[in-house]
Amino acid sequence: MLEINNLQASVEGKSILKGLDLKVGNGEVHAIMGPNGSGKSTLAQVLAGRDTFQVEGGSVSWDGQDLLAMPAEERARAGLFLAFQYPVEIPGVSNAYFLKAAVNAVRRHRQLPEFDAFDFLARVKAEMKAVGMSEEFLYRSVNEGFSGGEKKRNEMLQMSLLEPKLAILDETDSGLDIDALKIVAEGVNRLRSPERSLIVITHYQRLLDYIVPDQVHVLSKGRIVRSGGRELALELEEHGYGWIGDTGEVPRAPAGAAS
Amino acid sequence: MNDAITRDTIVPDTTPRPDPRPDPRPDPIGNFLEQDYSAGFVTDIETDTVPKGLSEDVVRMISARKGEPPFLLEWRLAAYRNWLTMSSPQWAQVSFPEIDYQDIVYYSAPKSKKDGPQSLDDVDPELLRTFEKLGVPLHERARLAGVAVDAVFDSVSVGTTFKKELGEHGIIFCSFSEAVKDHPELIKKYLGTVVPPGDNYYAALNSAVFSDGSFVFIPKGVKCPMELSTYFRINARDTGQFERTLIIAEEGASVSYLEGCTAPMRDENQLHAAVVELIALDDAKIKYSTVQNWYPGDKDGKGGIYNFVTKRGDCRGARSHISWTQVETGSAITWKYPSVILRGDDSVGDFHSVALSNHRQQADTGTKMIHMGRNTRSTILSKGISAGRGSNTFRGLVRVGPKAEGARNYTQCDSLLIGDRCAAHTFPTVEVRNPSARVEHEATTSRIGEDQLFYAMQRGISAEDAVSMIVNGFCREVFKELPMEFAVEAQKLLGVSLEGSIG
Ligand SMILES: Nc1ncnc2c1ncn2[C@@H]1O[C@H](COP(=O)(O)OP(=O)(O)O)[C@@H](O)[C@H]1O
Ligand SMILES: [Mg+2]
Repeated sequence: MLEINNLQASVEGKSILKGLDLKVGNGEVHAIMGPNGSGKSTLAQVLAGRDTFQVEGGSVSWDGQDLLAMPAEERARAGLFLAFQYPVEIPGVSNAYFLKAAVNAVRRHRQLPEFDAFDFLARVKAEMKAVGMSEEFLYRSVNEGFSGGEKKRNEMLQMSLLEPKLAILDETDSGLDIDALKIVAEGVNRLRSPERSLIVITHYQRLLDYIVPDQVHVLSKGRIVRSGGRELALELEEHGYGWIGDTGEVPRAPAGAAS
Repeated sequence: MNDAITRDTIVPDTTPRPDPRPDPRPDPIGNFLEQDYSAGFVTDIETDTVPKGLSEDVVRMISARKGEPPFLLEWRLAAYRNWLTMSSPQWAQVSFPEIDYQDIVYYSAPKSKKDGPQSLDDVDPELLRTFEKLGVPLHERARLAGVAVDAVFDSVSVGTTFKKELGEHGIIFCSFSEAVKDHPELIKKYLGTVVPPGDNYYAALNSAVFSDGSFVFIPKGVKCPMELSTYFRINARDTGQFERTLIIAEEGASVSYLEGCTAPMRDENQLHAAVVELIALDDAKIKYSTVQNWYPGDKDGKGGIYNFVTKRGDCRGARSHISWTQVETGSAITWKYPSVILRGDDSVGDFHSVALSNHRQQADTGTKMIHMGRNTRSTILSKGISAGRGSNTFRGLVRVGPKAEGARNYTQCDSLLIGDRCAAHTFPTVEVRNPSARVEHEATTSRIGEDQLFYAMQRGISAEDAVSMIVNGFCREVFKELPMEFAVEAQKLLGVSLEGSIG
């Protein structure tokens, strides 16, 4: 259970999140939509513990713990996973080495035995098949020279290997063709379970054709301005984000002037 | 463009930014570089020391203490007189206060039997313990398998392992002083033929006052059956270390040699001005590896070794091969350019280097490849890592002479910056006087970014592990050139030297 209360955050002195409230129960999938620059990635990074973003106020509790008090790597080890909107390249470090270090860091934390090279390779190869990545990607540097779609698949690979309790996907669907999109959706759907929570940040409703969310939220100017069911996504698609005012009200007389 | 000199200087220069305001944000890179220098202890031992200062008398005293033949004393005195006419080089990208050469002790030896230890059994147990503590056990039962070690403590060699075994192959591996006594003809024939006494300021100083060092001779056709290694330890206060290493591989011989070094932590700077000469005759191969871990000074730049070293290899014979591999993590200031003179036709020179400077360390290092013979080839692979307020400079000179038909050089020079207060400078110089030569150069600069560290931390990997992962990836090509046993050591050392660099 994730509970965000009145969260305020800034970056380089500029206030971005301005009192955000959100509750995500175990087993639930929530979609967050909103125009560019509304603060979706900021929310994701603040939850993941990036310290270039300053928390100015509010609280976040996660399974009873004070999430904001935990260092980033502790959050990750405890099961918080962020699929980055822009995955980072790490030249000189092989994907295999990086993935094994990550998986074992998480396993140590969970007091599970670390994987040796054989166990790990067997495991990772099976997961790579599922996300449609060839084994050659194990021996390339992390994300270096990967296409946009390959980077996103690599994020999905890491997500399935790390078996998070709370996964946040930041526009993982952007720039993907329909096949890749389905793979992302399958990855998410496979992860769905009564103990896990998922936050899917997306700019387009089409991902929600494949991942059916329990709730949809609209983020605008640093606040959740509307929440609703799946139909809210369709409404947004129809009217576009231009209709979202600061309060989230959809104006009475639609169409008209704009179209 | 027959004799025209083409000069091509590429200077990707990352100058340090002005000291920024203290940053209140938690800094994952910053908390990482604060580890202790584990070799920083002092051994309490009685020494035989000549008084501070430098004069002809001191030079004579050193020569007399060592019972040297007259030709060597004359050689030293000539070097000393030459040195007096020279001034210290000013061109390097390093800065330090003027060195007072009268405030240095030029000879200090652990007091023991007059003529030095006859065998390892005679060595002061305190010395043996010192080397053991440094991970260099000299005793028979504890020796490093497959590695013969010459251990040099302050100015003298305390012992050499596996001498007898090596002797059976006709290999001479001993301290320089012993070589002077037992093989004066070889010393006379080769000493100073690669680095002449007047080569440069520090080489001249070394030639006048050198105390000890290692000597290696591999006779014709012999492949040395084990790694040879010298471990240098500076212990005494105010003492300069001036050792001299001479390695000769005759026709078809080959040897792999490793040099390691440490010093106690002291607040004063100590001077280390060594000279290394390598000579490879026809078809001979010498591989010289250094893991340099002299005390670097504390994080504010107090103390540490000034490491001003002249290392040069001479591929004198056809098809000979000299390869320098260095991992430089220590010293307050490093000034060293291991070079190869490619005299023999078809000879090959390599330079593989990892140089790390953290805190206030300054490293100015690089190489010279002098192509004289036909179809000579050289490769330069330099990896510079700067962290904290460290400054790292690479200087490469590739010179192709008019007779070096078909010469080739490939230079790759990469810099990695950790944090935003460090600096990297690259000064490659190419002088080509033969139109058939091919010279290629590639350079990159990258920075370990906050985004990379956050990405790793988001996967549960600590910032420290992320940095060492990235640094090891960056250095891999050089580490794989080190003898196996030492590659692991170098990797560990790099991790230690980087502690506290994140920030
Ligand atoms: N590192 C940063 N430095 C300065 N401004 C930033 C930084 N990251 C995000 N912003 C700004 O914060 C606002 C919200 O950005 P973001 O959270 O990425 O929006 P979204 O993901 O909804 O498109 C934007 O105006 C963006 O320019
Ligand atoms: Mg975004």
